Amino acid sequence: MKTELLNINNLHVSAGDKIILNGIDLKINKGEIHVIMGPNGSGKTTTANAILNNPMYTKTAGSILFEGEDITNLKTDEIARKGVFMSFQLPEEIPGISVTNFLKYAKSKTTSEPIKIFSFKNELKTYMAELNMNPNNMERSLNVGFSGGEKKKNEILQMLVLNPKLAILDETDSGLDVDAINTVSKGIQMYKNETNAVLIITHNTKILKSLNVDYVHILVDGKIVKTGSQELAKEIEENGYSQFKVQK
Amino acid sequence: MKTQVDEINRNIYDFKNADNYEYKIKKGLTPEIVEDISRQKQDPDWMRDFRLKALEVYNKLELPTWGPDISELNMDEIATYVKPKTTLSNSWEDVPDDIKSTFDKLGIPEAEKTSLAGVGAQYDSEVVYHSMKEDLIKQGVIYTDMETAVREYPEIVKEHFMKCVPLNDHKFAALHGAVWSGGSFVYVPKGVKVDIPLQSYFRLNSPESGQFEHTLIIVEEEASLHFIEGCSAPKYNKVNLHAGCVELYVKDNAYLRYSTIENWSKNMLNLNTKKAIVGKNAKMDWVSGSFGSKISMLYPMSILNGEGSKTEFTGISFAGGGQNLDNGFKVVHNAPHTSSVVNAKSISKNGGKCTYRSLVRISENAPGAKSSVSCESLMLDDISISDTIPTNDIRTDDVEFSHEAKIGKISDKTIFYLMSRGLSEEDAKAMIVRGFAYPISKELPVEYAVEMNRLINLELEGAIG
Repeated sequence: MKTELLNINNLHVSAGDKIILNGIDLKINKGEIHVIMGPNGSGKTTTANAILNNPMYTKTAGSILFEGEDITNLKTDEIARKGVFMSFQLPEEIPGISVTNFLKYAKSKTTSEPIKIFSFKNELKTYMAELNMNPNNMERSLNVGFSGGEKKKNEILQMLVLNPKLAILDETDSGLDVDAINTVSKGIQMYKNETNAVLIITHNTKILKSLNVDYVHILVDGKIVKTGSQELAKEIEENGYSQFKVQK
Repeated sequence: MKTQVDEINRNIYDFKNADNYEYKIKKGLTPEIVEDISRQKQDPDWMRDFRLKALEVYNKLELPTWGPDISELNMDEIATYVKPKTTLSNSWEDVPDDIKSTFDKLGIPEAEKTSLAGVGAQYDSEVVYHSMKEDLIKQGVIYTDMETAVREYPEIVKEHFMKCVPLNDHKFAALHGAVWSGGSFVYVPKGVKVDIPLQSYFRLNSPESGQFEHTLIIVEEEASLHFIEGCSAPKYNKVNLHAGCVELYVKDNAYLRYSTIENWSKNMLNLNTKKAIVGKNAKMDWVSGSFGSKISMLYPMSILNGEGSKTEFTGISFAGGGQNLDNGFKVVHNAPHTSSVVNAKSISKNGGKCTYRSLVRISENAPGAKSSVSCESLMLDDISISDTIPTNDIRTDDVEFSHEAKIGKISDKTIFYLMSRGLSEEDAKAMIVRGFAYPISKELPVEYAVEMNRLINLELEGAIG
């Protein structure tokens, strides 16, 4: 039997005067990998931000349940502590705070257990090795002076360390070379198990190849216009989104 | 999304002892009062005459016409000399309980045991404790209170006292010359390297009074020293005044690092003067944290007189509501191939004001000079103020000079990013501020760095409105 993790109901979202999401419905169960694809400006990033209740966006209708609990209007940090994680397209730079210290602090906020420094550092080292990250980055300021690829890998590292119930990856693959995409994909496989779930937001299908995707959703003009299997992603790769364009 | 950031919690500094002095001089400033201070201190004649001359200079000079408004300062309401009920001791056992417990709370005796080679502690106008490790005494290092130095090393003192900071430097330098009391004297003989820091701590307990300690440090050729100063005071309703003076002589090939944290209460006017004269191939490093006080005008200065001499200034100011911290750094390049590096930061919140005011002067006789200045400000809300007022006076073409100023706010995007990792809005802001201050806090003595982070972390309390 499948256990529901995330349930988005008829979600409408605006940013300022602009309506971006026009009634999204999305249900994610534990153990599943979902993908949202869609053309630029269709509302993919807004969906991710709305789940984490970014105050830049306003929810005008609908609800979001996480493990059956209404999280629609919770604060971002409360949602994060319930087990939702988002990998950012453009991760922020935090000068003066090392990757290690940041993760230690974030981990202490998302778990109730005390952190054992030695094993924590070892865990970090192991993950960094798996993600082909320079171990010296541990002591560098978070994302400061990191290349685009390093920043994205650092997001995946954070996902592994914080081990959320739902990981939302917002275009984590964009701008990455083939090797880096494979590394990110490997990170997702390391993270994924039967008790958690992944929501991948992407433009292209390369990252999906080595993953067992359960559902692909096509988002156009703020609505999910089609849901299918991994085959749907291949179709998009060949034919693009034009077939789904809503007639205006 | 707005966050209300509370004032720094100063509980550990704000405990007050009874104003339990042995002698508190009449308020105000007259030749009689200055002579009375001189008598109380059993000055030699030359020092009494010096004080009276300083008072004349004080009366002639005007208040500065720039910077924060200090017109509320009424010298008729300030007692310039408060003698605590004790005498100088070299054992904490002999220090009266109320005074000792003050320094205990500030962690001074503990730090002395673990990380310092010598300690001086001043309470109101007099140094109450002084001690230094035996091996430094054997190497000829002198570390004592300023009064003892005047009595026992008159030649060295006469040669250096208020020569680096002359009486006519500004009105409060002259005031200092007239009423100075307490402070530290350090002499490091040629070639002696003092590996472990010496620390002096200045505590002003008495209300409506002034603290005018004098620090005179001479580091002879090829010698080196790290000297730390800490200052604090409990808060009273009336204005207190701090007009200390620090004179540093760094001789040829010598090294001096002078670290200070000024954490005065918010009724304090901090008008402190600090200068260093740096000899050939010598190096002077300043590390400075300015947190408390209502108004601060603090511009440490390095005068690079020796060829190849260097100076580095690392400083941070943190102004809350009602505070106006006008701080900065001054450097004069007076010889070829001298270099200066400035890294100044400020944080303002709750309507606090931070100004970075600086001077870089590169004279005609300083070809090959290099100077690099970077100042960064962070404002935590829309009502706080930050300003940068640099003066660059460069009189030779053969220089490398750069000045970089950045004023910023915490972005909502950054806060969202951190909150998405489980940090509350307050935690997120505190982390950003801590990170901003890190390049400075890592230069501070460890107990001060810990304290500074504690100050930043505490009381960043959120109220989403």
